[in-house]
Amino acid sequence: MTKILRNDLQIISNLIEENEKVLDVGCGNGNLIEFLSKEKNVDCKGIEIELEKMNFCLKKGLSVVQGDANYDLNDFSDNSFSTVILSQTIQATIFPERVIKNLIRIGKRAIISFPNFGFWKIRKDFIFSGKMPKNKILPYEWFDTPNIHLCSVNDFIQLCHKNRIKIKDKVLLNENGEKIQSINLFENLISYQVIFCVSKK
Amino acid sequence: MKKKKNIKRILISERLILDSGKTLPEYEIAYETYGKLNKTKSNAILICHALTGDQFCTLKNPINNKKGWWNSLVGPGKVIDTNFFFVICSNVLGGCMGTTGPESINPETKKPYGLGFPVITINDMVKVQYRLVDALNIKKLFAVIGGSMGGMQALEWATSFGHKVHSVIPIASSYRHSAQNIAFHEIGRQAIMADPDWNKGAYYHKKKYPKRGLSVARMIAHITYLSESALQRKFGRNLQNSKFFSFEFETEFQIESYLKHQGFSFVERFDANSYLYITKAMDYFDLSVKKGGLRKALRDKNLSYCFITFSSDWLFPTSETKTIIQSINQYNTKVSFAEIKTDKGHDAFLLHEPNFHSTLKSFITGQKKRFKI
Repeated sequence: MTKILRNDLQIISNLIEENEKVLDVGCGNGNLIEFLSKEKNVDCKGIEIELEKMNFCLKKGLSVVQGDANYDLNDFSDNSFSTVILSQTIQATIFPERVIKNLIRIGKRAIISFPNFGFWKIRKDFIFSGKMPKNKILPYEWFDTPNIHLCSVNDFIQLCHKNRIKIKDKVLLNENGEKIQSINLFENLISYQVIFCVSKK
Repeated sequence: MKKKKNIKRILISERLILDSGKTLPEYEIAYETYGKLNKTKSNAILICHALTGDQFCTLKNPINNKKGWWNSLVGPGKVIDTNFFFVICSNVLGGCMGTTGPESINPETKKPYGLGFPVITINDMVKVQYRLVDALNIKKLFAVIGGSMGGMQALEWATSFGHKVHSVIPIASSYRHSAQNIAFHEIGRQAIMADPDWNKGAYYHKKKYPKRGLSVARMIAHITYLSESALQRKFGRNLQNSKFFSFEFETEFQIESYLKHQGFSFVERFDANSYLYITKAMDYFDLSVKKGGLRKALRDKNLSYCFITFSSDWLFPTSETKTIIQSINQYNTKVSFAEIKTDKGHDAFLLHEPNFHSTLKSFITGQKKRFKI
């Protein structure tokens, strides 16, 4: 039995075809790439900044390079992967714009998931408490958070337009990690997490 | 130099054609093995030693009665577990621990080769290792692993005999020897050759051998194996025996004493001519000049790589390894890499470095699963 993936990772894995070549940037303990290589015969590679997590991946026989999404994506050549995944990490990068450009350079497409800072409860919390919002996936205090570039669904779409990045697909998730039907006008209010699939124009 | 009796060796009575075009009529390979080869012969690991290493990578070295140079890593229950793996380690061609080298007897003249020994390359060393692996009847090695010059050999295995290996593990190494590295080697060679006892390499029949030159070569090289911060941490500006300057040229600073000790102990175990030949082989090494460049040299898609570097290693900096990884990335996803944070410099690969050991162990564990051995 393969371990059940975190909800958003399960949805990402559904977006991956069999026999693809996938780079997972910030692969953590390698759950997603392990799943993809076993279940979909995907040729996988991970990038992970923390040595302990990387070692965890190595023990499973996965191929992982130690690296930082901000600086080390230059080691990969253009179109060398069919899909590049960046899950729950873009908000923690120093140069999100550079990172996104690199992702679609390396991969024919990129799948990027992040917590939506435009979610209505976050807005409500901020209005009523006047303090930086926290929730299950954003549990940190403002002064020690790795999430230095939080953005909303609308912010992300705007950045894509600015850089002429094509949005191929978009999956919105509620607080339980379940897919929600897109209500265009309110998507930025109702989604807790979001998964974008983007590519070069 | 101590005599080397009772060293395990095999004689290969075949001509060896070298990269230089010259040949050796026959050659001996001195080697050591640890652990047992399994029935399917799938558990063999070849360990390649660095410039001044030898085949005694673990247990007691019978020549100097010290522990093997990778004793911390290789042995029963260790990272390279000899309860499970069959470890092979051979002295390199041109070496002075039993494999044919400049101090060996030339079968044609019945005298030591000396400078009559042909100049060799890393590729020549690997051809000889290949012959040994063949003689041991191993079809495919589980891994080839080595640090520094050993890593060069591992990469050469990937290039020339990729079909004979599952995983290649180059540590603190590079695809080429940089200009700076060649420069340091040349100073070492000049120090040896400037020693009157060197006698143009013909000193084997004499009482004296170029101890001074070789020890200076070792002292210079040893600095390149450490880092500025490690030197400062270990020795600082501390004086050896006094609190005050002596205003003389005797050994005074602790660092001076340490280097001299390194130099003097080295000459007891190493042959000066071997040092010339092996440093030259390293200087000639550059996989990127092969036709098609690095990409073509390392194009074998079936190989699985694990590169490890050390943050304070300025002799083989991480950037060199990254160049290799960039070249492999395009064709082969099976590349893993870690840079271990340490101030111990290049020598870190020989020292107790827990993060290095845990990464290597993790990779080996994963590859055992991958290749189902």
